[in-house]
Amino acid sequence: MPDLGKYAVEVYAAYGISLGLLVAVALISWRQSARAKAELDKIEARRNG
Amino acid sequence: MGWTAPVLPWLFGLSFACLIISLIWGFFFTPDDYRQGATVKIIYLHVPSALMAINAWFMMLVASLIWLIRRHHVSALAAKAAAPIGITMTLIALLTGAIWGQPMWGTFWAWDPRLTSFLILFLFYLGYMALWGAIDDPDTAADLTSLLCIVGSVFAVLSRYAVNFWNQGLHQGASLSLDKEKNVADVFYHPLLVSIAGFVLLFLALVLLRTRTEIRLRRARALLIREGRS
Amino acid sequence: MIALILRDLRLAVRAGGGFGLGLAFFLIVIVLVPFGVGPDAQLLSKIAPGILWVAALLASLLSLDRVFALDYEDGALALLATSPLPLESVSLAKALAHWITTGLPLTIAAPVLGFLLNLEGDAYGHLFITLLIGTPALSLIGTFGAALTVGLRRGGLLMSLLVLPLYVPTLIFGAEAVRLGGDGLDAAVPIAFVGGITAGCLALMPFAAAAVLRINLR
Repeated sequence: MPDLGKYAVEVYAAYGISLGLLVAVALISWRQSARAKAELDKIEARRNG
Repeated sequence: MGWTAPVLPWLFGLSFACLIISLIWGFFFTPDDYRQGATVKIIYLHVPSALMAINAWFMMLVASLIWLIRRHHVSALAAKAAAPIGITMTLIALLTGAIWGQPMWGTFWAWDPRLTSFLILFLFYLGYMALWGAIDDPDTAADLTSLLCIVGSVFAVLSRYAVNFWNQGLHQGASLSLDKEKNVADVFYHPLLVSIAGFVLLFLALVLLRTRTEIRLRRARALLIREGRS
Repeated sequence: MIALILRDLRLAVRAGGGFGLGLAFFLIVIVLVPFGVGPDAQLLSKIAPGILWVAALLASLLSLDRVFALDYEDGALALLATSPLPLESVSLAKALAHWITTGLPLTIAAPVLGFLLNLEGDAYGHLFITLLIGTPALSLIGTFGAALTVGLRRGGLLMSLLVLPLYVPTLIFGAEAVRLGGDGLDAAVPIAFVGGITAGCLALMPFAAAAVLRINLR
């Protein structure tokens, strides 16, 4: 790890929060996509009988 | 839907690659700044997210105009899909800005013109998303939110100037301008460019993903209505 | 169009709703502030321009839901849409009625209330002028916001979320002009901006509101 000096807390906090938010929005988007696909597949299966 | 399916994993892969490369490069292999110490490393997150926060809204504006003029449903859904990404970028920009500001300016929050403009942008995103959520009929929602986006854009630009007038501010001058002399030093600039590329690609990938979700949801809704009728 | 304005004015005065409330709210907010921040005269005179303007914003916001909601509910709005009067004029008329019942009384009452907040001598004129030319913008923007949420049941809070960010430029320039006036400095620039924003709103907001109304009345 590079020596971040006296700003270690700030830098880690910034990286942690940013990456955390990015991961969160990506995961949420991915989960919503999976659910929508599952739901649509179910309905279309019913239609196609 | 057809052509986007194979493109999506490539977009994600490319964006992750850019992000990983730029962040490792910037975090481990760049020196500290003379004045700002290690906090300069925050630039690789703060600047790209701020850029995307603005560009996301701009993309929403274009998509809204396309919807109103050409009535392409995908356009309206793309605007809706982009908003949560945009607000996340705005939030990252605000938070990293505040964290960076604390050791530099001695305060977590300062009513600096740029930070304040981003706070206002955050509120615009919030209102836009709230309006989408409040209206039941999809086409009405698309129309109203598009109009809100357009009017909001006018006022967002206006606010930018108002806020500048209101407070001369602590932010450094344009650091990514075309004027080479005022630029950030090259050693920081290059990883920053890669990081910006990563953020842009991530935005595109996520918007694509979310738009596909919206399309599926809309189709499901339409089918359910048809089922209910038959 | 005059008939529409007069009708709205008469309704506002009669129904015990519009007319006095905006003004009363304005007064209450101004009175609350010293209770909140303490009676220190110097402090009050420093924040007076901002408080007066923010209170004006909130008072303006409060009476916005009456702009379209009542007419929408009893079908009068749909009738107005089919009348020979274009919806743009209807929106303008509604905004004007809103201003006469809210913005204008506010503007007149403001210097008196500014006295309560220990507003500096030179600022009174600036306060009156900026409110006079700024409150129409608030009414026009508010009419757009009211049109957006007209069909919704709990639309009030959403409307505030949509409208208040749009109020920010007017607020910034208006309050700044009053501050500069209080310090005896030249406030021509912010006053010009307030006027400019109002002029722009006058030109654009009726069209935006009309487009929204057409969508909501489909």
